[in-house]
Amino acid sequence: MKALVAVKRVVDANVKVRVKPDNSGVDLTNVKMSINPFCEIAVEEAVRLKEKGTVSEIIVVSIGPKEAQEQIRSAMALGADRGILVETADDIGALEVAKILKGVVEQEQPQLILLGKQAIDDDSNQVGQMLAALLGVGQGTFASEVKVDGDKVQVTREIDGGLQTVELSLPAIVTTDLRLNEPRYAALPNIMKARKKPLDNKSPADYGVTTSTKLKTVKVEPPAERKAGVQVKSVDELVEKLKNEAKVI
Amino acid sequence: MSILVIAEHDNKTLNGATLNVVAAAQKIGGDITVLVVGSAAQAVADASAKVAGVSKVLLADNAAYANQLAENVAALVADVAKSYSHVLAASTSNGKNILPRVAALLDVSMITDIIAVESANNFKRPIYAGNAIATVQSEEAIVVGTVRGTAFDPVASEGGSAAVEAVSEAKDAGISKFVAEEIVKSERPELTAARIVVSGGRGVGSGENYHTVLDPLADKLGAAQGASRAAVDAGFVPNDMQVGQTGKIVAPDLYIAVGISGAIQHLAGMKDSKVIVAINKDEEAPINAVADYWLVGDLNAVVPELVSKL
Repeated sequence: MKALVAVKRVVDANVKVRVKPDNSGVDLTNVKMSINPFCEIAVEEAVRLKEKGTVSEIIVVSIGPKEAQEQIRSAMALGADRGILVETADDIGALEVAKILKGVVEQEQPQLILLGKQAIDDDSNQVGQMLAALLGVGQGTFASEVKVDGDKVQVTREIDGGLQTVELSLPAIVTTDLRLNEPRYAALPNIMKARKKPLDNKSPADYGVTTSTKLKTVKVEPPAERKAGVQVKSVDELVEKLKNEAKVI
Repeated sequence: MSILVIAEHDNKTLNGATLNVVAAAQKIGGDITVLVVGSAAQAVADASAKVAGVSKVLLADNAAYANQLAENVAALVADVAKSYSHVLAASTSNGKNILPRVAALLDVSMITDIIAVESANNFKRPIYAGNAIATVQSEEAIVVGTVRGTAFDPVASEGGSAAVEAVSEAKDAGISKFVAEEIVKSERPELTAARIVVSGGRGVGSGENYHTVLDPLADKLGAAQGASRAAVDAGFVPNDMQVGQTGKIVAPDLYIAVGISGAIQHLAGMKDSKVIVAINKDEEAPINAVADYWLVGDLNAVVPELVSKL
């Protein structure tokens, strides 16, 4: 079966971002960009399913600026077979992303669609669920285990109290949690090979989707600063401060 | 304004997170209806009817909703939602699973993790692991959003007297099935609602040591226990204890971080705590930058001493 994996180009997880002085957003000039960590886990899972013989072809899709092809190439170096870049310079919302992905799914007809559970930039945690709704298929969100069995997939999900396992009819959506797997590193020969893999260039209009959103970002501000704390020298001093100064115990 | 709040529950009891969502709904202003979607969930509907500020409770009671499968629940919620201006749910794993599906069925954009209500259409939410706060404006006909519980003081669970109405319609999409559930049992307070949280990181060394060192402290303080991702990944504790960008978001009165360095992703889950204490052997640990009090020392010596002196 075919698997489709969606990846997002985001600011690297270890970068501490700064808000622009004009409050229009965060400053991303000269900041290191990477594949969103949850998307990387989705790619890894697809590759493992291919290695098991469950998946025959892995298509990786990204929606974003021209530079997002770097992230598609990274996914190919990890084992994806071909890529689709839906190029748009606009800041695009989760619903519009889901609508474009719906178009890609209808064209490619994958049985399994893997996404990260959330992007570490907008922290929305929406696209997988929205795509599942638009396609009218089942969703296995926050997956920590995925087992494909014939025309069904069993997904173990991380929920607030522990774990839950659901069984979905294929085609289905799976969104990955951090504990699903440990992504591999791309070996140099695979990075070289990835350069030759096919990459299609598309636009949102090819799928009949406009990128305008009814959710506008009015302002972006830094969070409230915490007051500087103090180093205490002993447990006695800590207990005294907690009791008499902070009054929390 | 007419606001639909989706109740968070386990078919028996109403989860406290719902009270925080009702509080957010009150900030928007307008009639508040609580929708209980479940199976044999009359008790939840009755509890919802007593919540202060709630004017109506709708109960959709059907076996198809027993395990909160998103495919079934979202279809029902989307149908009911059409006559409301706002649809809100808690930012729990359940709320995050179901509400985006509802939004897409309604063809509207959604707002995740609302931390402040500016007006009926303007909301604040954290982005970039809490390193920036965005104010977003929804121009959708129906505003759909999840509410971060720790950002709103809960309304009273008693004092209301709303009428309970049944929703007879049932939706079973037939594309998903519940298989099993493994719930971690604990005598301690619930992590997201606790007044005091004691968390351990990689520095505690092992699962055994986590419990030997931190259990007595949590017991003494009546605290919930949390962990950093490093401690969860190393298998010290189960993942439902993870605090951070991808785990639970907590804002207790007192957060004690033991052997936690303080990565951006961990800070995202706890930096709104009122008082933060860090116990770490590393003087340069990033956690110290957000801590109100930090103590540099070996946690294996410091924590037992702390327990003995409390």
